[in-house]
Formats: sequence, structure tokens, C-alpha cells
Amino acid sequence: MQETSIIISGFGGQGTLFAGQVLAYAALENNLEVTWIPSYGPEMRGGTAHCTVIISSEPIGSPLVRRPDVAIVMNLPSLDKYEPLVQSHGVLVANASLINRGLERDDLKHIYIPANEIAEEIGMSRLANMVMVGGMLYLKPILSLKAVQASLERHIPDRHRKTLPMNFEAMERGYAFTQEALVQTAS
Amino acid sequence: MSKQLLKGNEAFAEAAIRAGCEGFFGYPITPSTEFLEYMSRRMPELGRAFVQAESEVAAINMVYGAACTGKRVMTASSSPGISLMMEGISYIAGTEVPAVIVNVMRGGPGLGNIAPSQGDYYQMVKGGGHGDYFPIVLAPASVQEAIDYISLAFDLADKYRSIVHVVVDGNMGQMMEPAELPPMRPLPKTAPDWAVSGAKGRPPRALSSIYINPYDEEITNLRLLKRWLEIEKNEVRYAEIEMEDAEYAVIGFGTAGRVASSAVRAARQEGIKVGLFRPITLAPFPKQRLKEIARQVKRILVVEMNSGMMLDDVTAVVQGRVPVEFYGRMGGVTPFPDEILGEIRRVASNAAPVNGNAREEWIQRLETIIGGQA
Repeated sequence: MQETSIIISGFGGQGTLFAGQVLAYAALENNLEVTWIPSYGPEMRGGTAHCTVIISSEPIGSPLVRRPDVAIVMNLPSLDKYEPLVQSHGVLVANASLINRGLERDDLKHIYIPANEIAEEIGMSRLANMVMVGGMLYLKPILSLKAVQASLERHIPDRHRKTLPMNFEAMERGYAFTQEALVQTAS
Repeated sequence: MSKQLLKGNEAFAEAAIRAGCEGFFGYPITPSTEFLEYMSRRMPELGRAFVQAESEVAAINMVYGAACTGKRVMTASSSPGISLMMEGISYIAGTEVPAVIVNVMRGGPGLGNIAPSQGDYYQMVKGGGHGDYFPIVLAPASVQEAIDYISLAFDLADKYRSIVHVVVDGNMGQMMEPAELPPMRPLPKTAPDWAVSGAKGRPPRALSSIYINPYDEEITNLRLLKRWLEIEKNEVRYAEIEMEDAEYAVIGFGTAGRVASSAVRAARQEGIKVGLFRPITLAPFPKQRLKEIARQVKRILVVEMNSGMMLDDVTAVVQGRVPVEFYGRMGGVTPFPDEILGEIRRVASNAAPVNGNAREEWIQRLETIIGGQA
């Protein structure tokens, strides 16, 4: 498989770093090469957090990219920053709950998911990140939903283990929302 | 044991433990803090020594004292912390006791910032502390390589009674990558014959870096120098990608070398015959292999995350045989692969001699880029 670069960006506390780690674990457990690197600088202390995940079947050089293939943006500042940078014909997954503008570009495969609302329906607002990951996996099926869920099950911290079914549901809802939205647009 | 997804700093710390590190002394500083944090948990679990000292100056002197027992000991810090340790490092070198020092480099000079940098090249490679001594400097470029080279660092430190610096940057300390840890090595049952251990049933030994009589100091200097020449002969290490038929060579270490590897692969896709030469031992510098490369290629591009420090070592070896160009980012900025790809394209289509100083030409290009960012 070709190298795929993913940037996940949002406010601190939205679970962007963990969402990236879940993808990284799933990549490793599906015999792919992977790097995960967080923002750790003063920008993180200013309240935004992002990570870069690179997945490939070949050894990975740079763990950082300027122009990712995929951006998962959890809030408006992240959309403002990454919309111009996503590769042409790349994938953009936007959190409709916190973003009140459409895209300026028309060359991206994209979806707006009301991730916070879906997470609240499930009963755990912190799962917006997993909803977004689910949506991304539909648009960019580098890993199967099942594979990512299996890795989450292996690596979820023990103190959160009881939330595993809700995590699974969040991913599935994000995946299904994206599927339905795109099928409707197509028809 | 199979591969796990490991965070740089934590993996480096565990690698040190498995290599037989029995004492860690340090003081927290970003972006190396997780190293110390991990040690604070693991070392007491294993009944080994961990001390969070009151300062870096104290920490390195604890390393110094503990090293005199012949046990494997270390510290880890980041740039300003390493600066504070320099006096102690020189004393350790002068006393000829082994120690491993990990520097997770960050932007400077001064307080600078906590972003990844390679700006400590001169300080690490050229000594940094006072006096005539020669540290071994290892510069791994992935979590796995760092694990492997931290083990090697302890072996080399013991073998040559030398300081071994392992230099990485904030990127490598913070990133997660699949890697495999080695098995736990058994601890040695006996101490080396120079170590101090209480002198029960034997004449006392003294370890010191003081040689009041200059002739005695000179003999020590000579011993250190001869040992260094042995190290230069035996311990050079480097990695290469696509060098076999390369007409152009990119040279970079650590993260810069790794980012350059992406650019080299992309340039190959475009048909540019370029390869990557990545020194792993920054000291001893891989001079012999670089001389061969200078006979093979038409042009060299040095890429660093500093103002061109290794560049000076490269030009000293290449001696004008082929043009040497430079591209660097400073201050804690990590270059992206597309920047280096652009440089490779430029270098491969440029037959002109480098006018004067490679740095001056680079500064002009860099100022355009920085102007575009502001």
C-alpha cells in the first residue's frame, strides 16, 4: 500500500492524540509500517493539539508532512489550518458540530459529521474523536473498521474498558453516517 | 519478542535498562522528561538506583561518582541541561570512566524553545567540555535504531572507558514507532579492574582527573588520544540508501537524514540518481566512506537542522573535490520532505561551482522561504 499521511487536529481534550494512536496500533497489528508524532510544543499548551500518523507498507522516512493525504479536523481553527494543505483529491473529515462554514476547495473527498451530537446520543460526549475516525475509515479505507476496533480493544486503558462498546458504536455511527451521506449525494 | 508501538523516550529508557544500566541520575527538561519519568518508575522496581537530583550539575556529578564503581550509569537531558553538565562531563572524560549521556536536542541557543533541533552538533561532536578529550557520538534516526544504539553506547563506553553521547531530537523523543526491545541482559558479577569498591582485601585505588604535574597530564592526554585513534579505526558506523549508482549524494544525520530519505526516494521516482549517506557515528566521523563518495558523485547536498555544523566536517573531508551545497532549518524547525526534494532537484540541475561559501547561497534561499512564512 502507498504511504498515507493523516493529520488529526482539534482542541486539547478532544482526543485527537489518542485517535491517532488507535490508528497507529491498528496499522502495526496489520503488518504495516507506521509513525505517530504529536504536537508537543507551546501550541499544545495554547489549547490545540494535533498528531501526524503515517501508514505505509514500506519503511517510513519523514514522520512529518506538510500536505497530508487525510485531515480530520475537530474544530474551526483546525479546518482553517489544514483545508489549504490537504493533498489535491485528498480526504477531509470535518466536525460539523463545531464548524460553521463550508469548504473553500472543491477537489476534496469530504464529509461533515455532527460528531459531538452523535457522541452525545451514544451517551459519552468524549467519543466525538471515534465518530470522526469511523467517518475517515469509510472515505479512506486504509484499515478496516473491524481491524481498528480490534486494536482499540487491545489498547484501551483499563480504566476506560467499560466504555469499549460505546467506542465501537461511535466508530460505527461515524462510518454509517458517512456512508449514508455519500450515497444520498450520489443518488 | 515481536514489535510493539513504542514512544521514543520511554523506549530509550527501557533499552538502557535492558543494556544493564544500574544508575540513572537526572533532572527533568522538555523534550526528554519522559525518559526520566520512565526511569523513576522502572529503576526502583528492579532495585536499581534512580535519583532526581536538585540540578543538572548535581546529576552529572552523581553520574561521575557512580561511574567510578564500574557499574553502567547514565543521564538523559536536553540541550540547556547538557550545557549545565559540561564541567562534570569533562571530569568524567579526564578520569577515564565510562558514562552514557543522552541528549534529546531542542532549539537554541539560550532558553530557546522545546522544538526539535540539531543545534548541539558542535557541542556534542567537538567535546563541549574543557580540555583534550574525545567523546563518541551516536546519532540514531528511528526508535528502533535508538534502542539498538543505546545498548551499543554502554558497550563502547565500557570498552574504551569513554563518554558516549547519544544524540536525538525532540521528534524522536516524542514519536511512537513499532520497535522491538532486546532481552534483559544479566548484570555483571564482577567489577572492572579499575573500579573502586571499598578496597577490602586489596590495595586502594584512586580515580581522579587531577594531574598537577603537566608531564603527567600530557601522558594522560596521549593515552586518551591513542584510544581515540583506535575508536576512529574500529567504531565508524553509517547507513546508506540508493548510493550504489548515485550521481548526487544527500548527507544528513538523525531526523534530518530520515526526512531526507523520503525526499531521496521521491527524487528517484523522478529519475534523479540520488542517494542518502547518513552518518550514525558523528564522532568518529565516517571520513573514509565519505572520501569514496566524493569520488563517486557529482555534487553533495548536506541537510541539517542547524546552521551547517556537520557541513564543516563534510567540506573538510571532501576538500573541494566536488561542490558541497547546504540546506538547513534552524531554531527548532524540522524541514518537510518537499523542501529537501526541491533542493535535490535544484542540486541535480546545477552544474555551477558553489560561489564562495555554501552557507551564503543557502541563506539567500532560506530568507525567501522564511519571508514566505511570515
